[in-house]
Amino acid sequence: MNSGLLSLSYLIGSVSFIIGLKMLSHPDTARKGNLYAAIGMTLAILATIFLYTKDGVGLGNHLWIFGGLIIGSIVGTFAAKKVQMTAMPQMVSLFNGMGGACAAIISIVEFKHLIHTGADITSEPVMTATILLGLVIGTVSFTGSMIAFGKLNGNINDKTLPMQQVVNIGLLILILVMLVGIVTGFISGEPMSMMYILLIISALYGILFVMPIGGADMPVVISLLNSFTGVAAAFGGFLYDNSVMLTGGILVGSAGTVLTVLMCKAMNRSLTNVIVGSFGGNKAGAGPAGVAGNYKEISVTDTAVLMMYSKKVIIVPGYGLAVAQAQHTCHELEKVLDQNGVEVKYAIHPVAGRMPGHMNVLLAEADVSYDKLLDMDEINPEFAHTDVVLVLGANDVVNPAAKTDPASPIYGMPILDVENASHIIVNKRSMKPGYAGIENGLFFQPKTSMLFGDAKDALTKLVAEIKSMA
Amino acid sequence: MEQILNLVTENFNFIFLLILMIILGFEVISRVPAVLHTPLMSGANAIHGVVIIGAIIVMGQAESDNYLALILGFLAVILGTLNVVGGFVVTDRMLEMFKKRKKN
Repeated sequence: MNSGLLSLSYLIGSVSFIIGLKMLSHPDTARKGNLYAAIGMTLAILATIFLYTKDGVGLGNHLWIFGGLIIGSIVGTFAAKKVQMTAMPQMVSLFNGMGGACAAIISIVEFKHLIHTGADITSEPVMTATILLGLVIGTVSFTGSMIAFGKLNGNINDKTLPMQQVVNIGLLILILVMLVGIVTGFISGEPMSMMYILLIISALYGILFVMPIGGADMPVVISLLNSFTGVAAAFGGFLYDNSVMLTGGILVGSAGTVLTVLMCKAMNRSLTNVIVGSFGGNKAGAGPAGVAGNYKEISVTDTAVLMMYSKKVIIVPGYGLAVAQAQHTCHELEKVLDQNGVEVKYAIHPVAGRMPGHMNVLLAEADVSYDKLLDMDEINPEFAHTDVVLVLGANDVVNPAAKTDPASPIYGMPILDVENASHIIVNKRSMKPGYAGIENGLFFQPKTSMLFGDAKDALTKLVAEIKSMA
Repeated sequence: MEQILNLVTENFNFIFLLILMIILGFEVISRVPAVLHTPLMSGANAIHGVVIIGAIIVMGQAESDNYLALILGFLAVILGTLNVVGGFVVTDRMLEMFKKRKKN
């Protein structure tokens, strides 16, 4: 009876994940899909606590389990509610790391348990391999996500060791050799210490794997680590012969991989290129050729005049807008211009901000209407008949070097063709290069004017100026 | 060869599920608008929090004098819950904004 109920709960849980994920991929149903998956998850968790049995014995320690669930729920909800919309990407990375760590801990306990039963681990190769793979992947996902979190949060800078790629590949080979060695008994040693060595090497690999990967590629890395954690969860499912863990884990592993590839495609690069030929890693070799010269500044008043007498203005939002929390002011500018008969649109590059869709979410928060947000492919032909393009804290996504300079690390990435417009106004805090660390030739073009300052400050002044003119 | 076939027979259900889920994952995601990439990643992130079930099993099976298993299990439950609850709440917050806009 109980085991039947448990299986039924797992079935409902698994189906809710599949349907939830499917609904998440359509704007109209997305929120409901998320809710369905959450309900399925709750059901699976409760069913496990009360109905799971092994050899006729149910689970104990209910106090501990509920204690952990309550602490986790309170902290998780609080963190998720408090976080600024701009900090969403690192939050996702953080939660992903928690899942990875959870998978790794399960493996540690189960490996200890396996040793304690006195069994010779080489006689249980499948079990041992499952536990260790869960350990390795979970750990890599944990440390990798923590580094990604630190980088997006600005605590950690891009660092590349000499021979970084060789070291990384060496570590990966070492991990594989140890895995095979422990499972086959080829490496004879005290199993617990071997496990801990494997744990440390995996942790190190996770750190070094993400460390050299720079800025613009971080979303791809998070998505990849996300699918890693899915795979780690699936190994846990195989270990416990648990169908809902298997379904959830494999589904995310597979869907996460597709998502990663889609993101790479949006940047017109391959996954290998992202991991091996990282932006940060090649920085030294990619000196921008012939990018220098004079730039000209423009005042707020001049910008206001220019915009007021335009027919069409396109706003290109970037991470600078997010950092300055300027989405509401930006919407206000759009409204004021609109009232004065200026057509305003937003050009959204697929990887603008720190994650695909990041800008859409931010501008949605400020109630910017859907139909004003245009994808790159839709808006690119429109720049040619646009009077003013206002670039708000975006940089790499409007860098013409991606089209013209084969030596540039972002060469080949599709960009917004802002240079086709009559005037380009770039709002930035300073002349510092963007997240990928590359100079931008656009800033030195005769059509371009720089409007320095924090995006929110500049926009507030601009709105006031336009209002006083109208 | 025989060993491999045996392994396949023993784990047939698993392999069956593995292949179907991989295909399903590909199918479900492959036609998704870029706008939804971030919420979708975040939603998938919450779903792999299902690893918490493993943590609950570890915790529930730990003998009361096995402090290491108890502490590690407890930690795993907390981390897993953070992944699940945080993941779903963050996703909901992102999607809430899409909904608001629809009304206007």
